[in-house]
Amino acid sequence: MSARDQILARLRAAPSGSPATVPDVSGWYQRQRRDEDRAQRIERLRQGLLAWRAEVHAVTSGNWTQVLLELIAAKGLRQLLIGHDTPHGEALAASAPASLEIVRYDQAVEEWKHRLFDRVDASLTLARSAIAETGSLVLWPSASEPRLMSLVPAVHIVLLDVDAIHADFHAAISAEGWTSGLPSNALLISGPSKTADIQQTLAYGAHGPRELVVLLRTAEGVEP
Amino acid sequence: MSRVIPIEPTADFKARARGVLDDPAQRQNFRGAMDYLQSKRRAQFADEDELQSLRDLGQQIRRHSLAHLPRLLEQLETRLSANGVQVHWAQTPAEANAIALAIAQRAQARRIIKGKSMVSEEIHFNRAMEDAGLEALESDMGEYIVQLAGEAPSHIIMPAIHKTKQEIAALFAREVPGASYTEDVDALIDIGRRVLRSKFAQADIGLSGVNVAVAETGTLCLVENEGNGRMCTTVPRVHIAITGIEKVVEKLEHVPPILSLLTRSATGQSVTTYVNMISGPRRPGEKDGPQEVHLILLDNGRTQAYADEQLRATLQCIRCGACMNHCPVYARVGGHAYGTTYPGPIGAIISPHLQGLESTYPLAFASTLCGACTEVCPVKIPITDLLVRLRNEAQARPDSEEATLRGSGSARRLKTSATWSVWAQVYGRLGLYKLASWFMSRGRGLSPSDQGAWTRSRTPLVPAPKRLRDLLKERQS
Repeated sequence: MSARDQILARLRAAPSGSPATVPDVSGWYQRQRRDEDRAQRIERLRQGLLAWRAEVHAVTSGNWTQVLLELIAAKGLRQLLIGHDTPHGEALAASAPASLEIVRYDQAVEEWKHRLFDRVDASLTLARSAIAETGSLVLWPSASEPRLMSLVPAVHIVLLDVDAIHADFHAAISAEGWTSGLPSNALLISGPSKTADIQQTLAYGAHGPRELVVLLRTAEGVEP
Repeated sequence: MSRVIPIEPTADFKARARGVLDDPAQRQNFRGAMDYLQSKRRAQFADEDELQSLRDLGQQIRRHSLAHLPRLLEQLETRLSANGVQVHWAQTPAEANAIALAIAQRAQARRIIKGKSMVSEEIHFNRAMEDAGLEALESDMGEYIVQLAGEAPSHIIMPAIHKTKQEIAALFAREVPGASYTEDVDALIDIGRRVLRSKFAQADIGLSGVNVAVAETGTLCLVENEGNGRMCTTVPRVHIAITGIEKVVEKLEHVPPILSLLTRSATGQSVTTYVNMISGPRRPGEKDGPQEVHLILLDNGRTQAYADEQLRATLQCIRCGACMNHCPVYARVGGHAYGTTYPGPIGAIISPHLQGLESTYPLAFASTLCGACTEVCPVKIPITDLLVRLRNEAQARPDSEEATLRGSGSARRLKTSATWSVWAQVYGRLGLYKLASWFMSRGRGLSPSDQGAWTRSRTPLVPAPKRLRDLLKERQS
């Protein structure tokens, strides 16, 4: 018998035990949820992001590229990694000054691993949504915005539309129907990379980004 | 007079514990770290009602998972396979290491970079790989430090908790090429970052643990703050995840409450920096992620715990470490004293299944049964009840009904069992009890001044001059 069959046989041979209660996860989250309007939820997310030491900027669909380019200039970033054929990436590239080198993630990582690790200051990705409860961004990396964009560059810039903010993780999973098809990698990101492994002293930029910059984008002319 | 000297694992534990107790610096490290983790956790659970209802929910989810474990493991395997993940099963550490080695050989791999995985510690993965000529490098900062020092982790969440920054500074200056002595924590982390970044890029295989495996979607969830886990599961061309068979849950919606309990109980964070959910290798058209993903499901004695309805609760554990953070024994002796992969209260109740009671029973006795672990456990494992059960198993007559585990009866000593059997006789019969207590109080002058462990730090026990029964009689007359 294979290891698999032996393990399963041992588990099946065990007494079944008293019947277990079926957990009511939705019910629990329903009871915990607070009444909040859109503005309150955006504010709760903003506070959560700040608590994780993310940098947060309110932008509109009209001014975000300009705000971002000013930020990039102020931080002295020289290269920016954008996705392959993404509307937001190309919008930024179109207005970028010559001093900013735009790098597109348009080939497999094996082709340019060392350049990605050593020669890219920052990246720009879109967040799929966000979670107010924990101050988390939801990213579903894809062929156009691969996984390493949010991990390797020292500065990670995230564009988030404020209409995509969920109350909590459970709400994100159910509202977006995650069970009907997850990507190869789904991520929650809450702040820059950090560690407290040396004498409980918090240090940022352990292995991933040292800075997380979040642009909270509202449609032009809409009150946030 | 010749006598058989019994194997006394107790002696090792006591000697190691004594070593830490005599070292003020280590005691200060542990005390400081435990105070820090306790206060961080407390701040996360300000709302007592929310905490208790969430613990109830967590317990229900874990019990539900265990009640359907064989079915869920099969479902997990089916879903993962459909997602392109190869699933392997191992009954023993040796089998698990052999599976990993076979994967490495097929992939012609030489370098393995590791994210934090306690199961890999459990199977002594690094040693097995190094024996086969492969490099296995830890990348979690704490694990990296511990590996550089040639030690084992002393805590399941914070592996280098026993080390001061001065020790780490000296270690880096000695072991890391090009590093100079600095006690600045940011600078130390930067040294680790610099060394390990190049290792991520060069590694052929990334090895990780799993915090929760989801049966319905075939998803492996990992939580971490540093980003090294994501590096390990994303950059190398092969990703091997290894986990115990108990880590599965049925539904994706079970993940949010379990992770919330896990991170809040472990480090007092509402969420970690990264929640990494892997449902397969790189898909066609994708530009990064591993080409192959493997999951190794390890038994290593877990089915022994599962076979017993009471001990099965041990497998509810989500490895947050809150029990050790709140344990008065762990806080004083630290993780290395236990001599097992998992220290503290969880170590005391899980290790007998992994290694047998023969070498691990002293851990069940290294407890005051104060119940702090049971009170903080996020999935409500009745840890103290299980400790008492394991003590009974350890003292049981090997061929009796009470002896059900590997190594049951290991703590049984003729002198002890004879003493308690006399005690039981005396206390079970009124006439005998009266007679014995009369002799005891009359003969109190003969009480020995050396009463073994008791008198090492206490005054000797001496029977009262008058029995309670005599005092009552005097009062009534």
